[in-house]
Amino acid sequence: MSLVSVQNISKSYWRDSQEIRVLTNISFDIAEGDFLGLMGPSGSGKTTLLNLIAGIDKPTKGSITVSSTDISKLNESELAKWRARHIGFVFQFYNLMPVLTAFENVELPLLLSKLSKKERREHVEFALQIVGLGDRVHHYPKQLSGGQEQRVAIARAIVTDPTVLVADEPTGDLDKVSAEEILKLLERLNTEFKKTIIMVTHDPRAAERAHKIRHLDKGELS
Amino acid sequence: MKIPLTYTLKSLWTRKLTTTLTIGGISMVVFVFAAVLMLAYGVEKTLIETGSDENVIVIRKAAQAELQSQIDRDAANIIKTLPELAATPDGKPFAANELFVLINIFKKGSGDMGNVTVRGITSESMLLRPQIKILEGKMFTAGTSEIIVGSSIAKRFQGCTIGERLKFGGNYWTIVGVFDGNGTGFDSEIWGDVEQMLPAFGRPVFSSLTFRLKNQSDFDALKTKIESDRRLNYLEIQHEKEYYAEQSRLMAIFIRVIGTVVSIIFSFGATIGAMITMYAAVANRTVEIGTLRSLGFRRRNILAAFLIESVLIASLGAAIGLFTASFLQLFVISTVNFGTFSELAFGFTLSLAVIKYTAIFALGIGFIGGFLPAVRAARLNIVNALRAS
Repeated sequence: MSLVSVQNISKSYWRDSQEIRVLTNISFDIAEGDFLGLMGPSGSGKTTLLNLIAGIDKPTKGSITVSSTDISKLNESELAKWRARHIGFVFQFYNLMPVLTAFENVELPLLLSKLSKKERREHVEFALQIVGLGDRVHHYPKQLSGGQEQRVAIARAIVTDPTVLVADEPTGDLDKVSAEEILKLLERLNTEFKKTIIMVTHDPRAAERAHKIRHLDKGELS
Repeated sequence: MKIPLTYTLKSLWTRKLTTTLTIGGISMVVFVFAAVLMLAYGVEKTLIETGSDENVIVIRKAAQAELQSQIDRDAANIIKTLPELAATPDGKPFAANELFVLINIFKKGSGDMGNVTVRGITSESMLLRPQIKILEGKMFTAGTSEIIVGSSIAKRFQGCTIGERLKFGGNYWTIVGVFDGNGTGFDSEIWGDVEQMLPAFGRPVFSSLTFRLKNQSDFDALKTKIESDRRLNYLEIQHEKEYYAEQSRLMAIFIRVIGTVVSIIFSFGATIGAMITMYAAVANRTVEIGTLRSLGFRRRNILAAFLIESVLIASLGAAIGLFTASFLQLFVISTVNFGTFSELAFGFTLSLAVIKYTAIFALGIGFIGGFLPAVRAARLNIVNALRAS
């Protein structure tokens, strides 16, 4: 049974009275434990599709079911709650809070849970250990390298043990060595911790790490 | 509030200059607002403390103050014989019939003329006001043209030091002492023997009669007795504290209204300053807002975080403004008391109520200034906010 089911998804934006179609009639399934690579040229709709699956955007048409929940029917408040529980985000530019330490950044999603302070600390320390930054707990983002920042962002993404990890160009802002480390880390999260990962990339080397690759072109799956 | 306070506090600190300027602007408005309230409270405190809880004052019914009041000697004597009045240690009625007139004296510094209260008193007047202490020199001698002056008069008016002579009421009066009224309105008065002053000013009648009751509970019965006595029913009795509170009311209201209007006009500027700062904060942190929303934080969490940030800025402004305003307590100013038309010296006085109202005022600036930017932050579309990177 699939963990994520995308059925007949279309997404359009309106500029004045002109409809701009970003995604057209897309359907596919992702099984639990999959590592899916979404590839395509700029403007093909990769990030839009990822945003729809992650519940930060709504489809114009069609439905998306994640772990038996049709998220296209959830209202904004329900979606926020759902995201906090089921989605782990990894962004191209890490999107860490510059004024918070690595620990505080990773702890952020847990503030939405009912965990005690002690439990939160244990979870954060464990997540930072997994990404190999157990010794950088009190460092601020500006005191870390790009690769380390992305690892903190990955720790923040996995700290709640989400159903799906979504990564939007996770190596897009990194040098070759750091990119390789991040890809190995994602691979490890998939194989060792059985995390379902959807990764948007236009880097073929990054895509090689995925179990499956889907290509998007002009809003259509090929 | 799910977004940690450390995030809000540290975000404030990253924009040191704009945050500091906004805090500075708010603190200046708070300073003005607090100063006005302290001034109004200073007037009230000075006048209210002039009256005693234990004393009762009698003035003419139609008069609003001692200045317009007249009590003839017969009526004063009748009241003094009433059994409800307490007695002094030497067995006399615990009552003082006093004269209240205004004279003009040149002020020090500006050289302008100022109205000064001259009060003709009796020996019982000092017993009724035990807070009065002779600071320098001595008490005037009854039956002579000696006078004593309040400490504010000695400081602020020309020719009012010990040994100097003042000319008023057709006589020369020699200053033999300076008294301390313990921060009350008496500090702004000149006192002499009432029996010398009545003929000097050509007055056959007293201005007021102040006395003490044997039992405070007799007040209502005595009031009824005086109102129903045809010889006395042109007079009215009041608790002395209430009388002075009434004297302060008009002036305190005037200061408060003028000051509050000015402060509110200033507060528009401070509110707009806070709003600009917060709009800039939202613009600078659009990606952070998008990230927080994508992590699962709700619109209301974002709204609360930015509102708290704005209110924190205002709170710091309030603290600095109040701290600075507290130093105004070192200054004493004088102005014409609307009740008596005489000069009244009073200080800026800080009270818990002043702190409370100032804090509410400042928090209002923070809340109003931060509300629209916070709403804007909360309403940001997540996808658009993330694209800002």
